[in-house]
Amino acid sequence: MIEVRDLRMTYGQTNVLKGVDFTVRRGEVIVLLGPNGAGKTTTIEILEGFRMRSGGEVSVLGVDPARGDEAWRARVGVVLQSWRDHGKWKVRDLLHHMGRYYEPYRRPLDTDELVAAVGLGEHADQRISRLSGGQRRRLDVAIGIVGRPELLFLDEPTAGFDPHARRDFHDLMHRLSDLEETTILLTTHDLDEAEKLADRILILNQGAIVADGSADQLARQVAREAQVRWSVGGEHFVHATDDATGFVRGLFAQYGEAVQDLEVRRATLEDTYMAMVMKEER
Amino acid sequence: MTNPTAHAARLGLSRAWIEFRHSLRDPQEMGFNAFFTVAVVVVLFFQRDGTVEGTSLPLAAFTLPSVIGMMAGFNGLISTVGTLAVEREDGTLLRCKALPHGMAGYLVGRAVGLSLSGLLSLALIVAAGLILVPSLTGAGLGGWLSVLGFVLLGMAATQPWGAIVGSLARSPQGAAGLTMLTGGVLTAISGIFYPITALAGWMQAVAQVFPLYWLGAGVRSGLLPDSAAAAEIGGSWRPGTAVAVLAAWAVAGFLLAPPILRRMARRESGSAMQARRERAMQRIG
Repeated sequence: MIEVRDLRMTYGQTNVLKGVDFTVRRGEVIVLLGPNGAGKTTTIEILEGFRMRSGGEVSVLGVDPARGDEAWRARVGVVLQSWRDHGKWKVRDLLHHMGRYYEPYRRPLDTDELVAAVGLGEHADQRISRLSGGQRRRLDVAIGIVGRPELLFLDEPTAGFDPHARRDFHDLMHRLSDLEETTILLTTHDLDEAEKLADRILILNQGAIVADGSADQLARQVAREAQVRWSVGGEHFVHATDDATGFVRGLFAQYGEAVQDLEVRRATLEDTYMAMVMKEER
Repeated sequence: MTNPTAHAARLGLSRAWIEFRHSLRDPQEMGFNAFFTVAVVVVLFFQRDGTVEGTSLPLAAFTLPSVIGMMAGFNGLISTVGTLAVEREDGTLLRCKALPHGMAGYLVGRAVGLSLSGLLSLALIVAAGLILVPSLTGAGLGGWLSVLGFVLLGMAATQPWGAIVGSLARSPQGAAGLTMLTGGVLTAISGIFYPITALAGWMQAVAQVFPLYWLGAGVRSGLLPDSAAAAEIGGSWRPGTAVAVLAAWAVAGFLLAPPILRRMARRESGSAMQARRERAMQRIG
């Protein structure tokens, strides 16, 4: 679906992307993680065909996005960060109007079902300027998927979502991925979200991919060991081990009921992420 | 199925109609229409006793057709610049760009939508003006048809230029300032509120390069008796020249606008819009 080879982007003297390589296969959900300024938005805009690259090879759905025509555009969904566009339009009217652009290519999603699917059922006849920030983002997502895209791009889709809206959004992404086999590439700051959604995580740092794998694979790359914390007689201990279960068994054999505050912690995605990003900065 | 470009053009028409209906319910837009209509009525009222120098033509009968011409030109230029600059900033354009043939739909929608609201403002002014200048009702169907023709040609001559300025502008405020100034200067030298023959020769020469004088003259030729042509340059209506000059502006505009619009559209991206949004926030905050 996506092939990126040695992608480079230079603004004036600054190298924003310094040779990015990755591949996305059909049906995958890929999360692009990285600190601010790492080049996430630049990368996604190049793939969307909204920005010219300085160098390298890019193929999206078999086409160079810099030369993507309207038929190509019809196969790609883009979720934009809306601000105040189309404020006088009603939710249902705009979604219906936007969907009709795809009619020459395929049948768009049913407007009412889509409005309900993104949780805007009660607001279908409301003017868009009256929606809250979170409701607007749901509408952005709906507009991105109304044309049944094969490939969906989302740049920080859940910024400003409350936990409930976030969970709804995750469900929607899972449904798209499972039922429609939509390939999804999204960027986020939220590691928890990355772990929940991603088949594969790409970490972009200082203009290059520094890690590529599932959350588990990444965690194992950084730290094979788990941390065990416990206390005996009010004194606290920490021990790092490959075999947490065996270690804890030994602990109980030795101290029995004196063991308190037991906690076993594997490396989280956050640990991995911090380790990878820090390693690069050093 | 159908040709996707033609399909998008039809969607542009439905977009224009939806947005026109929105504008009918928009207090700001309707308030502006009402304000402008009242302003024209006040001007006509104070001119009711004057006549155009050297003729028996009431001054108000001269001003009303000129204002109709001016409004057609302003609608094409100023409204187009304003909406395009605003809709680049607020993300409307980017939203359309993400759709297949979305830019075609957007542009058709905008051109038709602006023309519709322009025609509505004109209809209001004509209706109010005719009460004060009843003599113009005698122009006959042919006269009014030629007015409609000049109004549509005037919009075609100015809209692409509005689109060009709106595409090049960095902010809506800058764009609006520039076009208001240009529009004001052209109005002053184009014989809208007073016959152009009263102006210095070099001003007449400059005015004849731009569409505004010809728009006013064209509409006047449709509505005023032939004796009123005495107040025009050279003492005659020259409708052929008016059509030729306006058509030349239209053709040049329609040749120049597409590459500039394409270049502007190519540069639209989420981050470009984000940057404009941040600038706009600084202006507000």
